[in-house]
Amino acid sequence: MAVDFAFTQDQQDIFAAIKEFCDEELAPKAKETDERGDFPWETVRQVAEMDLMGIPVPEEYGGMGMDFLTWTVAAEYLSTACTTTGAVFGAHMLALYPIMAYGTDEQKAKYLPALATGEKIGAFGLTEPNAGSDQSTIATRAERDGDDYVLNGTKIFITNGGEAEIYVIIATVGQRLGVRGLTAFIVEKGTPGFEFGKNEKKMAYKSLSNRELIFDDCRVPAGNMLLTEKRGFRVAMGTLGVGRIGMAIGAVGLAQAALDAAVPYSKTRVQYGQTIENFQAIQFMIADMATEIQAARLLSYQAAWMKDQGLEFEKVAAMAKLYASEACSRVTSKAVQIHGGYGYTAEFPVERYFREAKLFEIVEGTSEIQRLVIANRVLKEYADKKR
Amino acid sequence: MNIIVLMKQVPDTAEVRIDPVSNTLVREGVPSIINPFDENAIEEGIRLVEKHGGRCTVLTMGPPQAEEALRRALAMGADEAVHVCGREFAGADTWATSYTLAQAIRQLGEFDLIICGKQTFEGDTAQVGPGVAEQLGIAQATYAIEVQIEGRKMRVKRVLEDRYETLEVRLPALISVVKQINEPRHPRLKNVMAAKKKPITVWGVDDLDARPNLIGLAGSPTSVVRIFAPERHHKGEIIEGETPVVVDKLIEKLRQLEAV
Repeated sequence: MAVDFAFTQDQQDIFAAIKEFCDEELAPKAKETDERGDFPWETVRQVAEMDLMGIPVPEEYGGMGMDFLTWTVAAEYLSTACTTTGAVFGAHMLALYPIMAYGTDEQKAKYLPALATGEKIGAFGLTEPNAGSDQSTIATRAERDGDDYVLNGTKIFITNGGEAEIYVIIATVGQRLGVRGLTAFIVEKGTPGFEFGKNEKKMAYKSLSNRELIFDDCRVPAGNMLLTEKRGFRVAMGTLGVGRIGMAIGAVGLAQAALDAAVPYSKTRVQYGQTIENFQAIQFMIADMATEIQAARLLSYQAAWMKDQGLEFEKVAAMAKLYASEACSRVTSKAVQIHGGYGYTAEFPVERYFREAKLFEIVEGTSEIQRLVIANRVLKEYADKKR
Repeated sequence: MNIIVLMKQVPDTAEVRIDPVSNTLVREGVPSIINPFDENAIEEGIRLVEKHGGRCTVLTMGPPQAEEALRRALAMGADEAVHVCGREFAGADTWATSYTLAQAIRQLGEFDLIICGKQTFEGDTAQVGPGVAEQLGIAQATYAIEVQIEGRKMRVKRVLEDRYETLEVRLPALISVVKQINEPRHPRLKNVMAAKKKPITVWGVDDLDARPNLIGLAGSPTSVVRIFAPERHHKGEIIEGETPVVVDKLIEKLRQLEAV
């Protein structure tokens, strides 16, 4: 019995509580949450009150002290019920995780409790106008000045930007050094010289905040640096590894929502004198959707499990992110197709799911970057083998 | 402030069917839930303890599986649970149930307030709460929608058919609550975990100071002779057309029926 897919009793009880909360509180409001166009504070507060924000955080810092797999399943349920709230939840982890994994005891004591309880929301600032997939071109400068570092530069597309209170920012102490110059800082909202710029208008996620972060001679105490100078690439990679699991499971959750909409619809829509669920053309779509969701889910769970076991999980996380995001696009597209003309209207949620799905193929490393990561690992594995 | 909440596990009414032949409830495969009004009672108990301090104890009489319902009440935030359980208690009507619960409450010791739902979803009698208050000889206020406690006095706003009524009662007392009194919380994760460690005291017939001839079927002066689904009435007559025509037809109809 080396492989065991069963959750513990504690996990099952917790998942039941999360499911109830998602079904009764989040799902009925998902359409409104998306259309309102304001940051979804109401649902985010509810998620925090349910103790979901700090699932993997040790109890001494106000968390649940559970594993990443448990967090991953929670993220899936949230994403199925309300993709917007799920996205806030995922982005929050991108600030919480690096502080938990790389922070000093002082940094953890100062920042983790508020993040774990969800009293404060977090965000992660990496992407810049000229640095996305390629992080060697990050231009946000961090210059030492006495006991402080002075930050100058601009981040873009930052999820939770403007709403979050605690930011983990990847800057550089010397752009010539490429990724070896990257250095990570914890920056609090309200720090002089830290302002917010444009909030992006997007294809979907009207209520999600994706804003510019502008640093203009922003002084950050040296004590807010994660690890040491020039070790920001490690922080960024570690955080993105967890971020990929988050994105993978977010895509799984969304794809599940699409299936949850499409199957009941196929049981009510009548054409040629019978419900369309009876047509093989529809059945084949449903079969493909369910299969791809299950495969994506298992890849995501495995990546989370490997992380919990302390195993090298980057490759599987990249596979999960790649497969789940592309599967999500296929599944949501089929869900629209099953709905026919109605699926193209805003009356049914599947048109929103279809638009929301595309994001997963782009953020936290595009599909192309995931393929590079995977290929790189696979080629290395074979290089190590003597023929 | 010591609060005791009376609760009952019931079949989920959304799933319940009545067997057309035997006229009994089909319970097989039907999930059990906490009687919805009792969830309001638990929520009110927890809120009052959060506000005034003290302890909230949930009490139920029911089969072994009722432990699930108690566990959920603990996960919502109740401090402890007491489960009166045993074959001897089975078949109790509202009289025997009130007696049994009152004896369990006496055994629990001092209390300030007893809260229960206004009625259960399956029995619908609304008799057990008032029965318990009578057994214990304390004040009662049913259909509570708002409660305020100051010292040993409690103001209760009651929902009656055509008005509200505000009563002032002296503690200890019993209230039964309506759905509108609050919005029951979802169990948060920390409480779900904590509930696993909270005590559930189980009292059998030997643990309870109750006279055998007053409990269960033997102690029940009433019995259910027959349960049946009400027959579906004919659909009402719908008068259609332009408003003035419809009004004329309606008046004519009412005259025919000698209603006006």
